[in-house]
Amino acid sequence: MSAPPPLGRSLTELSAALSRREVSSEEATRAVLSRIEATDGRLGAFLRVTPEPALEAARASDARRARGEATSPLDGVPLALKDIFLTNGVETTAGSRILAGFIPPFDATVVDRLRGAGAVLVGKLNMDEFAMGSSNENSAFGPCRNPWDLTRTPGGSSGGSAAAVAARQVFGAFGTDTGGSIRQPASLCGVVGLKPTYGRVSRYGVVAFASSLDQVGPLGRTVADAATLLGAVAGHDPRDQTSSQHPVPDYLEGLEDGARGLRIGVPREWFQGGTEAGVERRIREALAAFEAMGARLVDVELPHSKYGVAAYYLVAPAEASSNLARYDGVRFGPRAPARSLSDMYGETRDAGFGAEAKRRIMLGTYALSAGYHDAYYLKAQKVRTLVRQDFDRAFERCDVVAGPVSPTVAFSLGEKIDDPLQMYLADVYTISCNLAALPGLSVPAGLHPGNGLPVGLQLVGRPFDESTLLRAARALERELGPSPAPEAIG
Amino acid sequence: MALSLEEVRRIATLARLRLLPHEEARLAGELSAILDYVQLLEELDVSGVEPMTHALASAETPFRDDEVRPGLSSEEALSNAPAREGTCFQVPRILE
Repeated sequence: MSAPPPLGRSLTELSAALSRREVSSEEATRAVLSRIEATDGRLGAFLRVTPEPALEAARASDARRARGEATSPLDGVPLALKDIFLTNGVETTAGSRILAGFIPPFDATVVDRLRGAGAVLVGKLNMDEFAMGSSNENSAFGPCRNPWDLTRTPGGSSGGSAAAVAARQVFGAFGTDTGGSIRQPASLCGVVGLKPTYGRVSRYGVVAFASSLDQVGPLGRTVADAATLLGAVAGHDPRDQTSSQHPVPDYLEGLEDGARGLRIGVPREWFQGGTEAGVERRIREALAAFEAMGARLVDVELPHSKYGVAAYYLVAPAEASSNLARYDGVRFGPRAPARSLSDMYGETRDAGFGAEAKRRIMLGTYALSAGYHDAYYLKAQKVRTLVRQDFDRAFERCDVVAGPVSPTVAFSLGEKIDDPLQMYLADVYTISCNLAALPGLSVPAGLHPGNGLPVGLQLVGRPFDESTLLRAARALERELGPSPAPEAIG
Repeated sequence: MALSLEEVRRIATLARLRLLPHEEARLAGELSAILDYVQLLEELDVSGVEPMTHALASAETPFRDDEVRPGLSSEEALSNAPAREGTCFQVPRILE
């Protein structure tokens, strides 16, 4: 069984059908809820589905439509959110036992803006605990599977977001990306995933992992879907000091302009044998397709690429150890019974955090502790400067940088979970974009010639130049055709 | 570099984590392997390089005026409290 109409449509197509009143938001929402019910027992993309508020929002959208007041392209469109976004009155756990039962008393700005645009929020999506992981296996509430092959992971940490969009459970989703957590699962599930420039989208009400790296972004079935979703949430928020006042363009403008004249930087360091052959073949074919469309390939160098993972695994855990200090059983979440305050802290945190969160808290605490701060955290921040300078130099010669997102296709559940360092190295191509605070995107580049699993091409752009990334990605999407629906989930 | 069990316990105390013995042993091995890997940065001479302490240029994020604005009510702030007394979060006794 394949996804029934209207689930076969992209977000952009659904939005047009809603405005032509060929379908109602209530019909689309009911179709989404039935699809989730029929498939999610096997997929595990959702931590929580909220049918009643979703149907209520859908009926309100239909009423606005009838009055001629539905103006946003997202009005009436069913979406879902990674469980890292605070939702007023709806449990939010960030995939952690230490937030089990936490009911936020307010909405994240992203949630607020989506509600304001009339979007129908159907539930909260599975994720690695506190967004720490590359396989969704660090969720405290069970794994999520890859809709292309249910024995494999969807990637992570926004694994539920990518899986739900790929499996046609929703028309779009939002995730967060600290070291590749939108782009890598998008690549492994065959959808479009965009990490905007640091500061482009408000992080108010988003559970913090590593505050100098975290950024919110959309996952969609098509490039236009991702552009529409980004446009709905981007822009300054007075409640987030790190949100930029840079003007927000219309991301759909120029989307169809094609690749002619674009200079695409190909970093030597991203093509040095670290990528599985079948993945590299699709990436090289995508580059050739750009050339055939009139883009020019330019050799560039990112000489500090090889230091990215090491710098990242100092900066991110250091910031995480600080951010996760707030989970102490005092103000929210479960509290371990204890006689003294220090026992309460220690036991609440030991029971509440999973293995990866503890590992990162320990690593970060060590890297920030007396006598080690300069050797580790400060040094890693200096390496960040070098990584950024590499990109600045590359962008003197090209408009976007292109390469693989992930060195492999989706890997099997259990394959890397016992070897943290191997799991970290899965982020080798995505991390430098976060360190440099640049926008990056994953767009489907076809299926692996051997096993038929999706391969994503990564595009990295200049600060606040999401438009060029989207335009290049759209050109490739038009050339290769839309990514097919995965068959494993039915 | 090998991290000793004593070192792991010292960090766990700083991090307010009460680890079980098998967790301490596993973390000693895992953290040692990760710290060995990050030694890669030793190859780089970063003298004269400014640290990237802000991911955005400061012009992008000017300060706002320091004005009083409405926030959460105390009932809302207390709505998830594991234990409360009146308008306070309640915790175990600190002073004996």
